[in-house]
Formats: sequence, C-alpha cells, structure tokens
Amino acid sequence: MFDSLSDRLGATLDGLRGKGRLSEDDINKAMREIRLALLEADVNFGVVKDFVARVKERAMGSDVLDSLTPGQQVVKIVHEELTELMGQAGTKLSMSNRPPTVILMAGLQGSGKTTAAGKLARLLAKQKRKPAMVAADIYRPAAIQQLQTLGKSLQVPVFERGTADPVETAAWGIEQAKAQGRDVVIVDTAGRLTIDQELMDELVRMKAAVKPHNVLLVLDSMTGQDAVATAQAFADAVDYDGVILTKLDGDARGGAALAVRAVTGKPIKFVSVGEKLDQLEEFHPDRMASRILGMGDVMSLIERAQDEFDEQQAADLEAKIRKAEFNLDDMLEQLRMVRKMAGGGGLTSLLGMVPGIGRQIKNMPKVDERQIDRVEAIILSMTPAERRNPKLLDGSRRRRIAGGSGTNVQTVNQLLSQFRQMQKMMKQMGKSGKVPQFPGLPRR
Amino acid sequence: MSPMSRSWQQMFNTGDGAQPPADETPEERGGLFRRMRDSLSKSRRAMSQQLQAVVFNPADPEVWERLEEALIAADCGVPATVEVIERLEAAADAGGLLTADDLRARLAEIVAELMAPQGDPRIDVSHRPAVVLVTGVNGTGKTTSIGKIAYHLREAGLSSVIGAADTFRAAAGEQLETWATRAGADFVSSQSGADPAAVAYDAVGAAQARGRDVVIVDTAGRLHTQDHLMEELRKIHRVIGQRLEGAPHEVLLTIDATTGQNGLQQARLFSQAVDVSGIVLTKLDGTAKGGIALAIAHELAIPVKLVGMGEGIEDLQPFDPLDFGRALFDGAADGTG
Repeated sequence: MFDSLSDRLGATLDGLRGKGRLSEDDINKAMREIRLALLEADVNFGVVKDFVARVKERAMGSDVLDSLTPGQQVVKIVHEELTELMGQAGTKLSMSNRPPTVILMAGLQGSGKTTAAGKLARLLAKQKRKPAMVAADIYRPAAIQQLQTLGKSLQVPVFERGTADPVETAAWGIEQAKAQGRDVVIVDTAGRLTIDQELMDELVRMKAAVKPHNVLLVLDSMTGQDAVATAQAFADAVDYDGVILTKLDGDARGGAALAVRAVTGKPIKFVSVGEKLDQLEEFHPDRMASRILGMGDVMSLIERAQDEFDEQQAADLEAKIRKAEFNLDDMLEQLRMVRKMAGGGGLTSLLGMVPGIGRQIKNMPKVDERQIDRVEAIILSMTPAERRNPKLLDGSRRRRIAGGSGTNVQTVNQLLSQFRQMQKMMKQMGKSGKVPQFPGLPRR
Repeated sequence: MSPMSRSWQQMFNTGDGAQPPADETPEERGGLFRRMRDSLSKSRRAMSQQLQAVVFNPADPEVWERLEEALIAADCGVPATVEVIERLEAAADAGGLLTADDLRARLAEIVAELMAPQGDPRIDVSHRPAVVLVTGVNGTGKTTSIGKIAYHLREAGLSSVIGAADTFRAAAGEQLETWATRAGADFVSSQSGADPAAVAYDAVGAAQARGRDVVIVDTAGRLHTQDHLMEELRKIHRVIGQRLEGAPHEVLLTIDATTGQNGLQQARLFSQAVDVSGIVLTKLDGTAKGGIALAIAHELAIPVKLVGMGEGIEDLQPFDPLDFGRALFDGAADGTG
C-alpha cells in the first residue's frame, strides 16, 4: 500500500532543505513520485504526463528549497494545480423558466444512475421543487420497479410504460408530469456500453425528443483508465452538461474525475457519498484534489461533525470543561457523537479522513467498535447519581455494574481510570482556555 | 503453468474425479478468443497506431515506454506493470525477442503466467448441495452473473436454488427472480429489509429439502469500506456454514472490468471478510481492458474464474489466462488490432 503523496515527497525532498536549488535529479525523483501517486489514483496516464510536466516547470521556477519542508511545498504546487484542473465548485443545474425542467441521466451499467436519479429528486424536493421521474430503462430486469420503490419512499411520482419504446416513453412521461404540475422531470435511462452503437443512438434520439435542459453523466468514482473513453464517448453522443460522481463513500481516490475534466472540460456537479437518499452533495474541487492525493478530507470531517453536533451541545460541553464538571454522562455523549459522525463507515473510515492518518490506517487494526459498546453498557449500568459523581463507585457498586453490563470488574476499573485521565485532560484544557478538538468537539 | 478451464463443460468440478482440463487445441477455443480479442481491441486502435510507428527494437527506450503505457492504460497498476516489463526485459536480454510477433507472444505468456490460477480453476460444485456465495461492490454485475451461472449449471445437468439475500436494494429481488425464471432455477426470497443471513439459511435448507444440487446466494452490493455491511457479509457466510458444514464451497467476487486501482482494495477487503475463492470479471465487452485482474492476481493471488462478456445469458465464460493475455495486447505491439 502506498503512502500519501505528502509522505512520499517529504521523504524525497525534505532532506534537501537549504540546498539552494533542486538538481535535475532531485526534481525527476519528485516527479516520479507524483506520477506514481496519480497513476495509483487512476488519473489517466496521458493526463498524468501533461500534468507532471506542468508541475515540474513550476517546481523548477519556485524557491521550493527555501522552505523548511520542500516536500510540502511541492505537494502544495501539485494540490493547487489539481484543484485548478478540477474546475469550479457547485455549478448549478439550469432551470427552465418554462417548466418542467428536464434532466436526462446517462451512463454505463452499474454506475448508479437510478439511485442518483432518486437522490437528485430528493435534493430538488428539498429545494421546494416538485420533481417527477420517468423510467426509460426497459432493458435491465426490475429497473422500473427500483425507480418506483425510490419514488414511493420519496413521495415523488414515477411515470412508466413497461417495456414500450424508451424514447416515446420519455416524451410521454414528461407530458404526464407537466399535466400534473410537476416542475422538474428526471429521466432515468438504461446503462449502456459506449461501443453499443444501437443504444448510444437511442440516447441521441432521446435527447432530441425530450430536449433536456440538463444532461448528466453518472460516473463511478472507482473507474480506472477507461474513464477517458467513457467521458469522451458520451460527450460525443449527447454533449452532457455535467457529471455526477458516485460511490465516493468508498476509498477510491477518484482520479477518474480528473480525466473527465481534462478530456471534456465538463464540470462535476454533484458527488454521491452514500447509499442513503440524502447523500448527494455539492462538488468541491479542493477536496477532490486532496482525496486524489491521499491527503485526507478535513473539510468533510468538520462538516459531518457540524451536522451531528448542535451548537447548544457544544456550548454546554465547553462550559462544563471550563468548570471542570466533565462527568461520565458527558463521556457517553461524546462517544455516541463520534460514532454518529462515523456513520455507516465505522470509526475507521472517520479516522481515514484525518490527514496524515489516511492511508496508513489501512494497515492498522480496525478500531474495535465492540469496545465502545462495552463502555456504553458499563456507563448505562450506573445510576444517574453515579454517572455524575464517579467517586461514589466503591467495590460493591463496581461489582453490580460489571454484572449489569456483562463485563467484569477489571473492565469497569479500566474505564474509570480512562475517565479520570480524560477528566484531568479536560481540566487542564479548561484552564488554558483551549477546548480539545477530538474526540467529538468541532471548533467553529 | 497450471491447467486452465476453457469450456463450461469443464468449468464445474462435479466431484466425479475428473481432473481440471488440459490445454485444448486452438481450433476449439477460437470462438471465445476471437470474441474476447474483438472487444478488447476495439479501444486499442489509437494505442496500436501509436505503436505501429515504432518498429520493435529492444534497445529503443521508447518501445519500453509505450509498452508500459499500454499496461497502465489497461489498469494493470504500477507494480504488476513493472513486473511484466522486467520479465519481458529479461527475455529480450536473453535474445529471445527479435520481432514484434515474438514480443506479442511473450507478453501474452507473461500475463498468463502471472494470472495462472493457484489451485483448481473450476467452480466447486462437488458437494450436495454445493453452496456458491456471490458478493461484490454495488453495480458490478452480481445478479446478472448469478443468472448466467444458474443457466450454465442447468446446461451441465445440475439443478439450482437461487437465494435472494440482497434485501436492501429496491427491486433487487425482482431482478433476480427474472433471471431465475430464465435459468430454470428455484427462487428463495423474503420481503425487502429482512435479514439476509436468514434468506441464505432458508435457501440452503430449501435445496436440502428439495434435493437440488447447487445453491447460489446473491448478496446486496456493498462497498468494502462499510464495516457494518462487511460484518453482515461475514454473518451470512457464518450462517451458511451453520446450516451446512463446510459451506459455502465457493465465494465469488464480481469485479467490474472498468474498475481502476480500487479493485485491489476491494479484493483485499472482501477476501479478509469471506475468503474469496475466485473473481468474476464482468463487463469485459466494453472498452475497458480489465487489467485490474492482473494486479489482483499479482498481489493477492486470487484467480479469475469467469469473465462476463455481455448481457446475454450465454455471455459469461470460463476465464482463460492465455487468451486474456493475448487479448490484452493483441494489436498493441504491431498495430494489427
């Protein structure tokens, strides 16, 4: 497993600090590392070539070696160039002033079109629009039922005509939606291979028939070097307006995104970060650049924390820490918070977003979630009075708690000593006026 | 090199004592080879034209660079690419590579060597019932592959039960049932949101009660990074073992041929969870080259057992390393593709 580019460039260049200027050899070594990191992230090899040449030019011209950490300086250059290449953040969908606005979804099989259509419908409904969906995938068994199930759970109407001609169905569905006063219509199409001329032609005919205001290409973030061919073939056929990058909740670096940008210049409009229908987000070029470089994703981490942690809770906890009143109830709350932030991905995925831990964590033993279950069980086996004042916990109470939580006295003792350490730490931080950032306490 | 599977008749280890098949004559496998080469070479024209300009000369660094690019462009990844190039360089140093034909032949052999399955390349259906668990990331073609495997089982005279343990995705059961009907297999499911391990358990029980030969268990697509879903998969595996000792006998992981280097991580983590016995490399009929399978074989020694070449029920084929090696490069070295 490769380390992040930061680590690799650090190892290559940081020993050279103060050397005056980089030799050709040093530069080439650094460029090799960059090349490998980008290939590892599935950035297209042609794009990598041009990109590395650009970075090399900038690295040669800058005063990289005056820096304390020449490696980080080069990483910064790479990150800036990547971010720039990645394009603008949050480009919006174009909304027709004569509703309904039509959105046509296209992509390979299994890229996540149908799910993305559902997520988009939910997002639009949340923005006070009245979306509808049309099922124009007549090939995959049960594709229509899948869209109907999604529509039902979102309370969004789905129009379908079984296996009738998909082009006609799309046009018909839009008319139905219009008649029912829906203002956005999402047309879900069949997944198709770019070399399947017949199906690509069908897509072209569909575009001509429904005159969509937005055509979106749905692209799996795990796609490898073939992303270029896919992006280009769909651009040639339907000249899409933007991309939805899916399955970003996995650990793929997502270099495919770069291929789309570099080859077609089309913006990435949304990223899909989970299986739940609310997990469609705006695209952030700088975060994507960090991800491709394996640098962690602090911004997403903070956002998740903010989602889960309301302001009042944070203020309460901060006050408690200042007054050194941190008790076992607070500890429990923090644990639950961290777990909630981790969401479906588990604690390890949460740690994976922390820069510097990112890639290494893959080789580390997983955080044992059951240990957290045990801590939770132990605290819940205490009376409220005990949780507020752990000093009450004598031998017999500890035995009772061990029995109640299905653990043993040693484990209870261990927890209490951990708690005392945490309390001590909190006290010190309270005095210095600094609130600890982790676990579970985002600063705003 | 270990023996390779070439036809469906030989793909199933039915426990009749037959050994894995020896090499067939080129005529016998012409059909699949041609098909695979056709689809693999479609996207390779641009690359071939580039390479055509270069007359093969082992002393020319550009030749090596082009070869390296061809491997990277096929998603073979850096370590496997380095390995192939080093072996090829050794062959060139030994004076064995004089023409573009030599180069092409040797390249295919090297890829085949790296991909040659460790152990039996067949699918083990020698138990009664034999249980095959199929898993993979969302959208990689699990359900479609299962339908096709069931069809080929029936062609081989084996009856099967398909267990729909994907209780998560909307309408996954319906999709699978359609395939089961087409393949003439029994279908065991439960309502959406049910415990998938319970469905797997029932499916094995149904096969035992009805005397069916093989149980194929479909599972919900899951990202290998979702700990709770990987835990669920372990549970399905465990529960199958509780119902029938020694089961599942095969654990197949579907990998989409368009997948990049993340495929390695998929194979690694799924193997850690349920000890994958073989890969089904799907969607090879597109422009993607499926080189990630080489990276997986090279780093994790998990064999590819089947390849998916299209939508049709007969478009799932036994994997052949040498064909794969040839198809991966055919045309890349001399521009004839």
